Amino acid sequence: MDFGDSSAEAEFRARLRAWLETNNPGLPASSTDDDYWRGQAAWHQSLYDGGFFGLSWSKAIGGHELPTVYDVILDEELSAAGTPPRPSLGYLVQGILEHGNDDIQRRFLPGIVNGRDRWCQGFSEPDAGSDLASLRTRADRDGDDYVIAGHKVWTSYSDDADWCLVLARTDHDVPVHKGISAFALPMRQPGVEQRPLRMINGITKEFGEVIFDGARVPAANMIGEPGEGWPLAMTVVSHEREPGELGYVARYKKIVKELTQQVQRNPVAYNTEQRRDLAWAIVEAEMLRLHVCRRLSDRLDGIVHGPEGSVDKLLMTSTEQAVGHAAVSIGGSAHDGGDDTWLKVYLYSRAQSVMGGTSQIQRNLVARRILRLPA
Amino acid sequence: MDVRLSPEQVALRDSVVQVVAYLAAKTVADLDDSERTAKLDAAVTAAGWRELRTATDDGRPWSSAVEAALVAEELARGLGDTAFIGPTLAAELRRLAGAPSASAPETVALSPDLRALDAATVAVDAAGATVALVVDGSSLASAPLDTSPVIIDLTRPSAAIGRTRTALGDLSHDDLARWTALGLALTSADLVGAMRGAVALTQAYAIERRQYGASIGSFQAVQHLLADAHVAAEGSRSVALHAAWAVDALAPGDAVAAGAVAKAYCARAARSVCETAVQVHGGIGNTWECLAHVYLRRALLSTDILGGVGPNLERVLAHEGVADGLR
Repeated sequence: MDFGDSSAEAEFRARLRAWLETNNPGLPASSTDDDYWRGQAAWHQSLYDGGFFGLSWSKAIGGHELPTVYDVILDEELSAAGTPPRPSLGYLVQGILEHGNDDIQRRFLPGIVNGRDRWCQGFSEPDAGSDLASLRTRADRDGDDYVIAGHKVWTSYSDDADWCLVLARTDHDVPVHKGISAFALPMRQPGVEQRPLRMINGITKEFGEVIFDGARVPAANMIGEPGEGWPLAMTVVSHEREPGELGYVARYKKIVKELTQQVQRNPVAYNTEQRRDLAWAIVEAEMLRLHVCRRLSDRLDGIVHGPEGSVDKLLMTSTEQAVGHAAVSIGGSAHDGGDDTWLKVYLYSRAQSVMGGTSQIQRNLVARRILRLPA
Repeated sequence: MDVRLSPEQVALRDSVVQVVAYLAAKTVADLDDSERTAKLDAAVTAAGWRELRTATDDGRPWSSAVEAALVAEELARGLGDTAFIGPTLAAELRRLAGAPSASAPETVALSPDLRALDAATVAVDAAGATVALVVDGSSLASAPLDTSPVIIDLTRPSAAIGRTRTALGDLSHDDLARWTALGLALTSADLVGAMRGAVALTQAYAIERRQYGASIGSFQAVQHLLADAHVAAEGSRSVALHAAWAVDALAPGDAVAAGAVAKAYCARAARSVCETAVQVHGGIGNTWECLAHVYLRRALLSTDILGGVGPNLERVLAHEGVADGLR
């Protein structure tokens, strides 16, 4: 049992730290400023080209085949250097790795990993949020293609995406969970309309809705078998719930460090309540880092997490929201017209208990699947 | 980095689980069974778990704080009513001061609110002990114990200490920091065990208890209380494990900070989890016969030893260089 670095890990950490000295893109905090998303693709590609992305994935798709715990080192060093976190798309990679055939994996995974192809995820619909299986977007066979019609919403990064992992109904005569298929759909074509959504903190680049009206996708772009869309979606969302997959520890640690520095600069300005909020944010962010160490160490045994992802999602949510509370407590709400970054951090944090499955749904899953409480 | 337990650590944990399953109290009435308590005490003595932090020939402890934390966690989970944290912390004081090992069972004495070693009046976890170690400034000494126990935690009595002192040695600032780190790590581990035990007790009750013709565990309101309790215990486990590793692996100040992060998190979580245990047990949960309050009382003692949320948030801020702590 060792939280410390092995010699190989220490060497990697030193190399990464040196690289970060000259490769920090200096972007604003993610999710609080549209400029972040304008620079995110270049950051992803730079991190990949530097040899620091996809650490645990296979070399065939552009990874480095390092033990899973190297991602903890990456997150620690990114936050210490004040860079943006690593791109959060491990869940997409895991979904395609588990359900896509060799052809799909060969065609799509290298571009996802190296950041040259931009992806979004078309799951939720206006009437299919928590109840995802009731989705109504349809895919109808037409020759070698499927034709897609429907309305997706809460589609992160849709304005920037080259590709969409879209869930659509291919069979209307079976139970709802069984008639859904998944496709890699090219976004830049007629029949795809993207509309930005403005989030409660005012940013417009992260979220969108997408209308499909006669968009075409080759049948060869189906990921998995017909009807395999639901299990694929469950694979994707279970990884999307894991802070170790998302790299959010770096984001929280970066914010906490900046808030701590703000209090250090002028300590007399901060009262007991603000100091308590800061202390809890420090404690929560450290808890999440250590929890990720534990989970990623478990994966060294090849353990694949199932319902434990819901535990991790709830812990990540409490961390993000404690950090959000500290941000608005210490940074203030900019009533004087000053910098409103901390207000935006706070407002954005409210989404964490909804995205990737609400906290209510996660608690249901913990109660039923882990605690085995009766239906 | 690989924070999985080693095979030896898993074996140690399993042996504690076995002893606890066989000899710890299963009901509140069992706590009065002195024959059972004596057997549990003898088994723990025979296993040598209270000597994990005594000094080897080179002055280092026999085992790392991780092993001691595993024992603490499993004893708490099964409500083991035998001394462990007190004697372990006493052994650590002797080791750090270079004093000879104890000749009779002993524990440590703390301030009346249990937050500090200074101005000690209360010996904690005092079952079986005749002596408590006290620290005055940098001096380590032993003091006799008053024989009448004070029982707040039904599994671990406290006792007042007498006035006489026998000098044993001196402790440096770093020694005291190292000792504090161990105390925070072991009390955090104890809280994790109490939480896990309380969740398991309550989970079983929620499945068994029926109202409105259904198991109350089928109601979403009850499910969400228990889910939150489980999640709090899991987050606590991650911080407590790190605090235990930090005791021997990090510089003293960093080890204290790791302990403070763990203790603040675990103390807040444990109160909430044990209160949930009382709540889900309903009326029964508010009676002496229900084990829920035994977990809650155990958590109260472990929280107070070296301080709960407030003192540890202060330690966290101090380590981060924030002047005046919480003010």
